[in-house]
Amino acid sequence: MSCNCNCSGPKSDLSLLKDVLDRYAGERGSLIAILQKAQEIYGYLPKDVMYHIAEKIGSTPAEVMGVATFYSQFRLTPIGKYLIMSCQGTACHVNGSERISAAISAYLGIENGQTTEDGLFTLEHVACLGCCSLAPVIMINGEAHGNLTPESVINILKDIRKKEGVEA
Amino acid sequence: MSIRVIIGEGSCGIAAGAGKVRTAIKALLQEKEPFVLGSTGCIGMCFLEPIVDIYEDKTLVRRLVKVTADDAAAIVEAARTGDLSKVDSITISDDDAEFLSRQTRIALRHCGLIDPTSLDDYRAADGYRALEKVLKTMTPEQVIEEIKTSGLAGRGGAGFPTWFKWNAARQSEATPKYLICNADEGDPGAFMDRAVIESDPHNLIEGMLIGAYAIGASEMIVYVRAEYPLAIVHLTEAIEQAKKANLLGENILGTGFSCDMRIKAGAGAFVCGEETALIESLEGKRGMPRLKPPFPAQKGYFDQPSNINNVETFANVAWILNNGGEAFAAMGTENSKGTKVFALTGKIKKGGLVEIPMGKTLRDVIFGIGGGIRGGKEFKAVQMGGPSGGCIPADLLDTVIDYKALGATGAIMGSGGMVVMDESTCMVGMAKFFLDFTADESCGKCVPCRIGTKRMQEILTRIVNGEGKEGDIELLEELCLGIKDGALCGLGQTAPNPVLTTIRYFRHEYEAHIRDKKCPAKECPALRTYSIDPDKCKGCTMCAKKCPANAITGEKKQPHVIDANLCIRCDQCRSNCKFDAIIVE
Repeated sequence: MSCNCNCSGPKSDLSLLKDVLDRYAGERGSLIAILQKAQEIYGYLPKDVMYHIAEKIGSTPAEVMGVATFYSQFRLTPIGKYLIMSCQGTACHVNGSERISAAISAYLGIENGQTTEDGLFTLEHVACLGCCSLAPVIMINGEAHGNLTPESVINILKDIRKKEGVEA
Repeated sequence: MSIRVIIGEGSCGIAAGAGKVRTAIKALLQEKEPFVLGSTGCIGMCFLEPIVDIYEDKTLVRRLVKVTADDAAAIVEAARTGDLSKVDSITISDDDAEFLSRQTRIALRHCGLIDPTSLDDYRAADGYRALEKVLKTMTPEQVIEEIKTSGLAGRGGAGFPTWFKWNAARQSEATPKYLICNADEGDPGAFMDRAVIESDPHNLIEGMLIGAYAIGASEMIVYVRAEYPLAIVHLTEAIEQAKKANLLGENILGTGFSCDMRIKAGAGAFVCGEETALIESLEGKRGMPRLKPPFPAQKGYFDQPSNINNVETFANVAWILNNGGEAFAAMGTENSKGTKVFALTGKIKKGGLVEIPMGKTLRDVIFGIGGGIRGGKEFKAVQMGGPSGGCIPADLLDTVIDYKALGATGAIMGSGGMVVMDESTCMVGMAKFFLDFTADESCGKCVPCRIGTKRMQEILTRIVNGEGKEGDIELLEELCLGIKDGALCGLGQTAPNPVLTTIRYFRHEYEAHIRDKKCPAKECPALRTYSIDPDKCKGCTMCAKKCPANAITGEKKQPHVIDANLCIRCDQCRSNCKFDAIIVE
């Protein structure tokens, strides 16, 4: 089954999806669950994967794309090795999350939704992470860091760069 | 006598370092120890995490707070020898202990006390007794009657009487029927539902089973936020345990009642808190609200009769059936019965989960339980109800907590987010913050919400950037009323509330931004400039070292200078200056 989406991007290995599509075959209302599994496999939702899913579940690419772009969880571009989720919840806002995000952006040279050129970091502004008492909070690859200052957040990023052998 | 050392391992506890504490304690354990190491969920005292409790048999003898890995040796020693003086230095203070003793816990009654992964623990705490009573001795009508007596209303925000929804679904004749739990807790600043699912998942299952029996549902679905991984793990495990114990599935407890349960993970959309949007999302589609009627009770999930309640609502149900609707109704005010859980956050000294009977005042919660404002600043406002709610100012702190009284302030009870703000929070900025959120989360189906929130966001953006014009406040008010009246669903209808309440109570702040180009709270970056007072600056170089933008230069022991073009207004220089030399205007 070849990709017919006319995209010039790299072709994805669609065979990885077989188990997921088999598991949900014939189950109505399962598109979101399939997309969640696909994102687990590929790290994001490549265009050819969405076309493939549409064909297999008897839907249209437009409908799959519609769902994928509606929910904030789904990403249409690859992410860096470290995903920084910067909480924009109310408690974090009141405790200065904007300064944290600004410091991260200034240090890494990326804005919300972008990935650094070396592919190390992706910055994503997210709604509440639910650790409101530790505000302001960021989560890096699932690990929460709380009570941040613009300075301490840079130190966290510096440590990661050092660990990865990149000059800080 | 058996000694147990129990670590609080809810999401907040883990984020604060509970995992490191566990690792450190485990490393010290020998093959045979005279005590057991256990785990529990969230006790709700987030400001003291990580928390470790020491029990002798069933009695809590010590609660240890702000525990670090360095305390592990003392904890193990105390548990081995029974000499609790070894952990005196990390024992909770009497003052902090009042955070819990001043509360009345029903929905949270097991949170932080039982092991959420143990069905035996839940059963030992009277778990599934209400379900057995209901299935074996009561008719569905009697259950609905008991809930009616209790006065329980929807805890997700709208406050609609629970019995009425159950009765409407009961009356629908089509089958199968579905019982759905809204665990999509999208309100930024609220985490009580997460705490219940993480810390007491069987309580949710039991409450839902009773609801399913009452309306005649054969399947239950829990729609959980994907951002709550631990809640999903604990609930999945609890469902498996309940199935094995014949508390879920076919012929439950031999009574002939059958009901299944499954989890659907949400994918991140605030509008899915609206019940018809949630149903669309369950069906695998874009979460866009439907026109009502038909109501979900008639045509819901795949057009079948469905009933949707919030997690906290279900968390009260088993207690009500065990203790009687009258006992629940005895708490609260004329129009709001029982208790309500709040997530107390922001500039508060003691943040965490607070459950209190309706009828207490905001002051009781914020100053009584929460200990007031952090850092000796002045209380300015409390935000309730998130993006659908509003900001309540200081002179209304004696407002009682009930649906009607809070509604009269322009805010709402909401799902229970209570974000406290001090003098350094800009209220125009707060309104903009919520409009940024709702404009982003608007599903786009109806024009008033899609375009109206965008226009409001644009106006608020220019005001905080110092580009506001005369007439902007009036234009905002006009837009607010139009959106309130014209929007299709609750998201749009309530989106103007943060703007309306801040204009109502803090109009002078809007005027200062528009006319004087000043932010009274000195928070809006565009209206703030940083400079250094050369008379006060000692040239200690601290600010230059701390500046993440390298905007500060100067020789050692000479007054420093800030380059306004490089300054990102992060406030690091001011907060680190020991000589009070940074001027913010």
